[in-house]
Parts: sequence; structure tokens; C-alpha cells
Amino acid sequence: MFRNQYDTDVTTWSPAGRLFQVEYAMEAVKQGSAAIGLRSKSHVVLACVNKSNSELSSHQKKIFKVDDHIGVAISGLTADGRVLSRYMRNECINYFYSYESQLPVGRLVVQLADKAQVCTQRSWKRPYGVGLLVGGLDESGAHLYYNCPSGNYFEYQAFAIGSRSQAAKTYLERKFETFMESSRENLIKDALFALRETLQGEKLTSSTCTIAVVGVGEAFHILDQETVQALINEFEIAGEEAPADEAAAPDQADDSESSATAADQVTPSDPDVAPMDM
Amino acid sequence: MTKQQANWSPYDNNGGTCVAIAGTDYCVIAADTRMSSGYNILTRDYSKIIQLVDTSVLASSGFQADVRALQKVLAAKHLQYQYQHNKQMSCPAMAQLLSNTLYYKRFFPYYAFNVLGGLDREGKGCVFTYDAVGSYERVGYSSQGSGSTLITPFLDNQLKSPGPLLLPARDAVTPLSESEAIDLVKTCFASATERDIYTGDKLEILILNASGTRVEYMELRKD
Repeated sequence: MFRNQYDTDVTTWSPAGRLFQVEYAMEAVKQGSAAIGLRSKSHVVLACVNKSNSELSSHQKKIFKVDDHIGVAISGLTADGRVLSRYMRNECINYFYSYESQLPVGRLVVQLADKAQVCTQRSWKRPYGVGLLVGGLDESGAHLYYNCPSGNYFEYQAFAIGSRSQAAKTYLERKFETFMESSRENLIKDALFALRETLQGEKLTSSTCTIAVVGVGEAFHILDQETVQALINEFEIAGEEAPADEAAAPDQADDSESSATAADQVTPSDPDVAPMDM
Repeated sequence: MTKQQANWSPYDNNGGTCVAIAGTDYCVIAADTRMSSGYNILTRDYSKIIQLVDTSVLASSGFQADVRALQKVLAAKHLQYQYQHNKQMSCPAMAQLLSNTLYYKRFFPYYAFNVLGGLDREGKGCVFTYDAVGSYERVGYSSQGSGSTLITPFLDNQLKSPGPLLLPARDAVTPLSESEAIDLVKTCFASATERDIYTGDKLEILILNASGTRVEYMELRKD
């Protein structure tokens, strides 16, 4: 990024009408490990890549349950994401206390966006360095939103954020028209395929990814490792091309064995990645 | 110049009675379903019991508006606990939380007389009994509310409570079986209903054990 004299604090405009600090915050989101969201009429699936610093450490938690009907996947400064998740959880709890009904997703993302905006207009603050994919259900159906550090939010049919998310977005752009009517299983399958695109050659196994689902009659929950591995094996996508349709390819038993060793592989850390962990 | 007196009270007493009995591997929590105000019956079918956690059930008599507010506060706090600790609260933990929540309003109390029943981390039955401002104690059985003065001496007799001053301190958890304890509770309420005008209509019983939670109902006298 270019160093210049208008980027010292967030309350300084550049002559071109830009707030560089906000744009730098959005860069932090792009450096984080990938997070993907897709939705149908009745379900929302969130998926993310598990990146850990070394083989010895655990990976960061990037998907958070906010309430039975809302979950969030983050990319960027995970500490900021954790703090915002706590805020969202409290908002849901307080809303339920007052109104004995669930906070509609659309309301929550507006509150979140307003909170982010405050940090773009105070000289003693900095923008949150995290992008949030908020997936949830309310009376008007299933929704997926993206909240960025600038304070903007958008609703999406499907979206991907973080490093190498463009590969996932390309896949999603090809298939998104089918998502609305998709079944829960196909939605998860598409999420796994999209996730695989971001891994770019690395084996997709249940230890390198996290999947979460929320839907009609299904509270938000993170799928456990066995379920995810079974889905990966079932969809035979550990190392194969994404089929145009649900073509039944012969089961490859080798995949499960080789994936056990591949699980130990970790992406070599990118020198451009900010030291704050993603 | 006489001192000015309040011409209204923020509290009302909606009556009713609650009982809980702890067994070696179960807990029985019961309350009547009559809600009254003065000499009037507001409804014959109002539950005073709420299951906060799989292993903790709260029964409260007194001012039901305060009881409902208290239940909501505890439910919200439990949700926060789950997010922080990644697990549900144990019954003794909930007991402490309830005590703290009550004392928080020491100078404008929840007009609620609580009995918390459940299973501890070992699966043994536990009962905690409270006053309106949070003073609490773990006991083997307890009764609160308008019928408590009629029920407590009967339970003392039937459950052969060891004297509280006895040493070594003895656990008052009853060796009775689950069905015997349920029958005992039904007997308590049948008797209390006879003489206490605020207790009656229907009895709601929650039974907690290792296999989960069960509900039973029994009709009581409606006069």
C-alpha cells in the first residue's frame, strides 16, 4: 500500500475524498483466511478455512454462534471479531428479554454497521479490522449479510471474504442462481466446493475447515468433524474436480487415507500477512 | 402533622405454594397453579415453575410479576454463561447466581419466595431454599409460599429430618424412591389445599432424573 500524508488518522480526508484508514482496515479483511457464506430460501451455510500459525498450535475460532437463529463467520483481526460477536450476542439477549421474540437479522446488521461507522468518525478510535458474514433466519426468511469495517453492509445470495476468496467467488457466481431452491445438503456441498477453491491444491479435510448451518427448524450450530469428513468423502471432493451436477463418481477410498497426512500440512505464512493473526 | 403514608404498593401477593424434595438420584419440584389477588382468583392455570437448565428447575411463589422478571433475568444470564464457558450451568452454580441476583435488589427486592431443585454434577438430587433477598441453603427438601406453614412440619415428620444441630452434619436427602416422593408431594398439596385458601386448582409436578425431565399433573380442590 502507498504511504501518503492523508492516512495517519481516520478523521482525515484525502483530496480525492477517501478515508485511507478505512481502506487499510478493509485490506486487513482481505489478508485474513477465507470465509464463505451461502443461503437458500430456508437455510444459511457458513464455511471457513482453519489456519493455524504452526502445527503445534490450535487454529483460531472464526465462526461464532450469536443466537439460535443467527451465526457469524469472520475474516481479518479475529480479536476484533470476537469482541463484535460478544456485542451481537448481548444485543440478541437484550432484545429477547424486552420483546420475548428473536432479533431480526436485518436489525442486528444495521446496529453492527452503525457501531462500525462510529469508529470511522472518531479521532481516538480505529476502524474494526474484521469483515463479518452474518447468516440468520427471521420471519422474512433466510438472510446472509456482509458487514465491512467501513460501516457498510450488503445482503448477499452468496459471498466469500478473505485471502483467495476470489476463487470461491468465481465458483459461487457460476452456481448462485440455483441456491435459492437448493436443498440443505446441496447447499453444504456447494460451500465445501467453494471452500476447496480457496485452498488451491491443498487437500480439503475436516481439520482444515469449519462448517456451520442454520435453517428453518434447525438452530445455528457448527457441524462436528466426523460429519464434515463424511460429507467431504461423500461428495468425493478431497482432490477432484467439481462435478457439473451430482454425478456419482466411484468412491475413492484412498482419499481418506491420504487426507490424514495432508491434514498436517499448513500453508507457509505469507510475508505480506499482517502479524495480527487471522 | 402525621407522616405521609404510601397510597399504593408496588407489590402484590399472588399466593400459591411450592415444594421440592431431593432424592439420591432424582429431584421432585412441585407447585400449585392457582394465581390469586386478595380474595379473588385471577386464574386457575398459571405455572410457577420454570426449567432454567436440564438440571435446574426454579419454583417461586409470591408476586408473579417479580417472579417472571426474575426468571427472565436468570435465563439471560444463563445464556451468557454458556457463551463464556461453553457448557451449561450446574445446579449449585445456578443456586449461587440466584442468590446474587436476589441480593442485587436488596433495597427493592424481588417479592419472590424461591425453591430451586435439580441434580448436582454427581447426579444426586439437590434442593436450595431462599428468602426474598437471597439468603440460601442447600437442604434435602423445602416448602415456600402461602401453604408452607402447613406443609413444612408434615415433611419434617415424614422425611425424618435429622436435627439441624446434630454433628456430624447429616445430609437430609431422602432415601425414598421417586414414586414414593411423588405420592408424598401429592399428599402435601391435598392437605394444604384443604386449609389454605390460596392453594388449590391444580398441582404441577416436575421430576428430574438421569433420563431427563417429566411432568405430572393432579387436580386439586377448586374452592
